[in-house]
Amino acid sequence: EAEGCCLRPFSCEQGLLSRPDGSAAFVQGDTSVLAGLYGPAEVRGSRELPDRAALEVLLRPKVGLPGVGDRSREQLLRQTCDAVLLGGLHPRTGITLVLQVLSDAGSAPQLLSCCLNAACLGLLDAGLPLCSLFCGVSCALGPQGGIILDPTSRQEQ
Amino acid sequence: GGGGWSVSALAESCVGQAVLPGDLLLLPAGEDSEQLRLGGGAAVRGRLLCGPGLRRCPAGLLVTKCGLLRHRAAGSAGGAYWVDSQQRRYVPVKGDHVIGIVTAKAGDVFRVDVGGSEQAALSYLAFEGATKRNRPNVQVGDLIYGQFLVANKDMEPEMVCIDSSGRSSGMGIIGQDGFLFKVSLGLIRKLLAPKCEIIQELSQLYPFELVLGMNGRIWVKAKTVQQTLIIVNILEACEYMTPEQRKQALAKLSGN
Repeated sequence: EAEGCCLRPFSCEQGLLSRPDGSAAFVQGDTSVLAGLYGPAEVRGSRELPDRAALEVLLRPKVGLPGVGDRSREQLLRQTCDAVLLGGLHPRTGITLVLQVLSDAGSAPQLLSCCLNAACLGLLDAGLPLCSLFCGVSCALGPQGGIILDPTSRQEQ
Repeated sequence: GGGGWSVSALAESCVGQAVLPGDLLLLPAGEDSEQLRLGGGAAVRGRLLCGPGLRRCPAGLLVTKCGLLRHRAAGSAGGAYWVDSQQRRYVPVKGDHVIGIVTAKAGDVFRVDVGGSEQAALSYLAFEGATKRNRPNVQVGDLIYGQFLVANKDMEPEMVCIDSSGRSSGMGIIGQDGFLFKVSLGLIRKLLAPKCEIIQELSQLYPFELVLGMNGRIWVKAKTVQQTLIIVNILEACEYMTPEQRKQALAKLSGN
């Protein structure tokens, strides 16, 4: 289906925060996420890994405290970032990625893909060594079995 | 997660262009670093140096940081490739001159904060003319300009304030007063380039003392506090100003 194969316009901005070592904001449709990266920095004794950097991901929703869904997204982001980050170049250090959801369209897959893109751009802005890039695109199965990329909330229903 | 689609191209064709992590740069066959031929008549193929932002892999060079690819073709030493990237966080490198802040005195060793992931160690004997009886007068909170003797990912960094012949050559405790601030590492590299226009233009404005640390820290001291702060603001803004905007700003200031 031709109309299902294009993404909605998205935009991003890097280096907008002055305190973190790397920052990026990613806006896709109604969902926008701000990522801040700190590292390689000092890490507490118990979290220190002897051969690679210890990565910590914190995802803050727009309202309320982080719930179970946010924790599972944090896990997925941590595994993805661990796979591309060359942590062996910075052993016994800590890298912290903080993601703040600025606006939420209410769709979980869109939020996850937005977080993945913001995390990747944040890693690039911080200048951490990566072995490849990653991105996130949400897609849905259409009623006829075709794949629709980047569905809007109405299309999801 | 999983594997990616990445760009593979000849290294020479990418020089001066933006590269992204995951790009593979292919080297022409025969320029492998292992093949060094010694002896008079034969052409000596030098070693190819792999600089910051690049890693050696079986197929060629793997890009690990995003930035512009640069190449320097030195005569007998082969060439060097590196990626000109921008970052704010400093990672200690051996031989770099940095500005550190003394945070603690632990027996014979000072703990110095250099902005990296670990604090550096500075022995009290690493100053010019220091002996066990004649200790340097270093207090907690002092600023130190020194270079790294040991700096790798596996060991704690060590700093010294003397060079290999035992002379201080400008290193040591930075005096009182003055103003310390932090900028990005790219701006420091620009300021340290030979014949930097920014510093030449600023020196025509007011006389001042300047210490540049490769860890992104700059120390400035001018005659009055106001002049010091003006220089600090100009240096911080230099990162995002074009040369024309900078000349305009300096012309306005020298007119006042």
